[in-house]
Amino acid sequence: MATIHLSINDKSYAVDTDPQTNLLAVLREDLDLTGSKYGCGEGQCGACTVLIDGKAQRSCITRVGSVVGRKVTTIEGLVKGDRLHPVQQAFLDESAMQCAYCTSGMIMSAVALLQQNLLPSEKEIVDFMEGNVCRCGTYPRIIRAIQRAAKEQAPAVAKGVER
Amino acid sequence: MSTRVTHQIALEPERYELRAAAPYHFDLDRRDFFKFLGAGIVVVSVLKPAIAAQESGGGRQRRGESLPQEIDAWLHLGANGKVTVYTGKVEVGQNIRTSLSQAVAEELHVPIERIELVMGDTQLTPFDMGTFGSRTTPTMNLQLRKVAAAAREALVELAAEQWQADRLQLRAADWKVTDPKTNRTANYAALLKGQQITRTIAADQPLIPATQWKVAGQSVPRVDGRDFVTGQHRYPSDQKLPGMLYGKVLRPAAFNATLVSADTKKAQQMGATVVQDGNFLGVAAPSSKAAEAAMGAIHAEWKSDPQISNKELTDYLRKNAIQGKDPSGDGDRFETGSIDQAMGSADHKLQATFTVQYIAHVPLEPRAALAKWDGDQLTVWTGTQRPFGVRGQLAEAFHIPPDQVRVLMPDTGSGYGGKHTGETAIEAARLARAAKRPVKVVWTREEEFTWAYFRPAGVMDVTSGVRNDGTITAWEFHNYNSGSAGIKPYYEIPNQRIIFHEVNSPLRQGSYRALAATANHFARESHMDELAHAVKMDSLEFRLKNLKNERLRAVFEAAAKQFGWGKSKSPGQGFGMGGGYEKLGNIATFAEVNVDSKSGDVKIVRVVSAFECGAIVNPDNLRNQVEGSNVQGLGGALFEAIEFQNGKILNDRLSQYRVPRFSDVPALETVLVDRKDIPSVGAGECPMVGLAPAIANAIFDATGARLRALPLIPNGLKT
Repeated sequence: MATIHLSINDKSYAVDTDPQTNLLAVLREDLDLTGSKYGCGEGQCGACTVLIDGKAQRSCITRVGSVVGRKVTTIEGLVKGDRLHPVQQAFLDESAMQCAYCTSGMIMSAVALLQQNLLPSEKEIVDFMEGNVCRCGTYPRIIRAIQRAAKEQAPAVAKGVER
Repeated sequence: MSTRVTHQIALEPERYELRAAAPYHFDLDRRDFFKFLGAGIVVVSVLKPAIAAQESGGGRQRRGESLPQEIDAWLHLGANGKVTVYTGKVEVGQNIRTSLSQAVAEELHVPIERIELVMGDTQLTPFDMGTFGSRTTPTMNLQLRKVAAAAREALVELAAEQWQADRLQLRAADWKVTDPKTNRTANYAALLKGQQITRTIAADQPLIPATQWKVAGQSVPRVDGRDFVTGQHRYPSDQKLPGMLYGKVLRPAAFNATLVSADTKKAQQMGATVVQDGNFLGVAAPSSKAAEAAMGAIHAEWKSDPQISNKELTDYLRKNAIQGKDPSGDGDRFETGSIDQAMGSADHKLQATFTVQYIAHVPLEPRAALAKWDGDQLTVWTGTQRPFGVRGQLAEAFHIPPDQVRVLMPDTGSGYGGKHTGETAIEAARLARAAKRPVKVVWTREEEFTWAYFRPAGVMDVTSGVRNDGTITAWEFHNYNSGSAGIKPYYEIPNQRIIFHEVNSPLRQGSYRALAATANHFARESHMDELAHAVKMDSLEFRLKNLKNERLRAVFEAAAKQFGWGKSKSPGQGFGMGGGYEKLGNIATFAEVNVDSKSGDVKIVRVVSAFECGAIVNPDNLRNQVEGSNVQGLGGALFEAIEFQNGKILNDRLSQYRVPRFSDVPALETVLVDRKDIPSVGAGECPMVGLAPAIANAIFDATGARLRALPLIPNGLKT
């Protein structure tokens, strides 16, 4: 056991845990941030996806000790005040969910994609999102939601406007 | 004390086919409940019209009067303007929380935001058999419309009394009752004046026809969507209580294994709660990591016998049939006309065998439960399609009356027919009792793959006879193990023999979205193309020649039109169709594939579905269900299969068991046939059944290779 200092959603946390513990367990059990989901435990389904320094990572196979000093963003960190992130809003607008258990991970992956590629093609979306599973089969809607978010957020990003 | 846990491999009958009458019962003293609800209108939906008439006396009941037992839903309209609806149905992604709210909003004339649904709580909601068989829309949606309509009528009556007006002249709209003559108006809460009014409804409660729907019939957005895109919704696996421990169960080394010995000393020294009770070995600790460590410290010896593998499955199923069961329930088979005579005089006689494998539901949220004891009272939060069934399992496991058990079902991360049982609920409750603290158990993906239950594997033998003019004269169909759902043909065939053979399944099996209808439609619709080919007829023309059912003809024709059936194709391209009637809905699915002749790679390029399920309640959600059925159906059609040997699952991880992903999805087009003159029925299952045969037929069209086994191309096409 050690005291681990974490920066999650722009807040600082100190957690007493084994640095080998996976980040997902720390988020869910120690910090009660349950928006990130367990789906497979081997980085194959993407339900646990978080951003680490802006990059999409599977928190179920990420040791908590490895994220010390890095910025972690979870689904709970996307809302600014009452305002949904454009990707969150696009998922609502396209009804891009059924049971929605995959939705947090899908949104986090999509946010990471749009940060590195403002207007991805459909093929680029499919390639990037291939590691996220939606067992209910809402993939076509998720693609549309990402395209919608890209269209809505790209002009703002291009102008350097903080969303 | 012995617990009944998951270690026995029992035949799980397809629960849809259970024929036992529902044992309706109620936990709450309703008199207390209505006091707790306070002022407002309570309307209950009674199952039997005779009882409704008898109990309600056709008019309003006095306060405190007893209510009938056979209630399947109720609604409370409070003085604060809130409408609370109680139903035993549960939400696993079908979006019925929204579609049922639409039904209530439509009839009660209240904004949908004022409506809250309490679902699947065995203490607060009426008994419900479970959420399966596509029954929510045809039954619960209808019941809630009636309940809401009765509440609206009660409010109109109140206004008529208070205003000394003719109730037939009054109008209810937008949360208000208005008298158009006097322009007098009052909102619902004002009309109540603090009274508590109780109503029951009759089965013949008049309803707003679908042609006049304003809220129902619209693509109303998901009522609680924001909770899901922000990660705020608490699924069963997200539940938490103060002082809660995390539980883990040590699984047997193989199916049917018995525990010989276990050394649990180390685990106990680590401070974990350890329970050894019969074949059950479990631990509970303050974190999941500590629980895993404690479980890892247990040394257990198991004994098991050799068991069959998936490679021997087809022979095994044929040889281990128990009896031939009749799909209609009247004997051990269904037979009409004379198969033998018809076969003797047929121009072409065909025989073919089709197989399907065991597949896993893979709900993205694995089974999860949080249990707590207060003395002898047990409360469990768990993800199940049958909260009342799980309550019964808990009562049985712990030898307590069902009224000491409360099961709550938070909206859950999918089920697809796979969450009818309460394994984690029992495990968490057993550990919680020993630990004297709440315990949560969440299965790992490997546990979900191994210790849940599977979609049954099956073998289907078809023998058929057809005349040169394309008339099918004989149809003999045997299904071994996979089930009898959708086993009867909807084509007009004068001579039929249809037998479902139950088998002692080597793996634990149970319901799966669309049940055996997927397997039976795969065999039938593939064989229809074989027959069409034999008489050199076009597949669509051949089907329509043998099909009278107008609704099914309509979806075949609609899908054919959208698909462009009859267009010319390029090398490697193939077109195929499949369709049918299931769970009261009608589906036709057309597929376009492209086969790379060198590599054998098959690309599903395009899928067109036409679906009709009566009057459409929510078009966008309906499209979502049809699309989802096709995408999930791709897995079972193309590559999903459980591999097993000696009581072990060999592909118990997502890295080993392939499910459909983004790149697998073809262009999907959905044609919705809206029949406002026909009552709405469910849509979660039927749309799946046409896909596999459509793809198989398209592959035949492209290559001449007839594939008769699902999955069709786990390793590409080897011709």
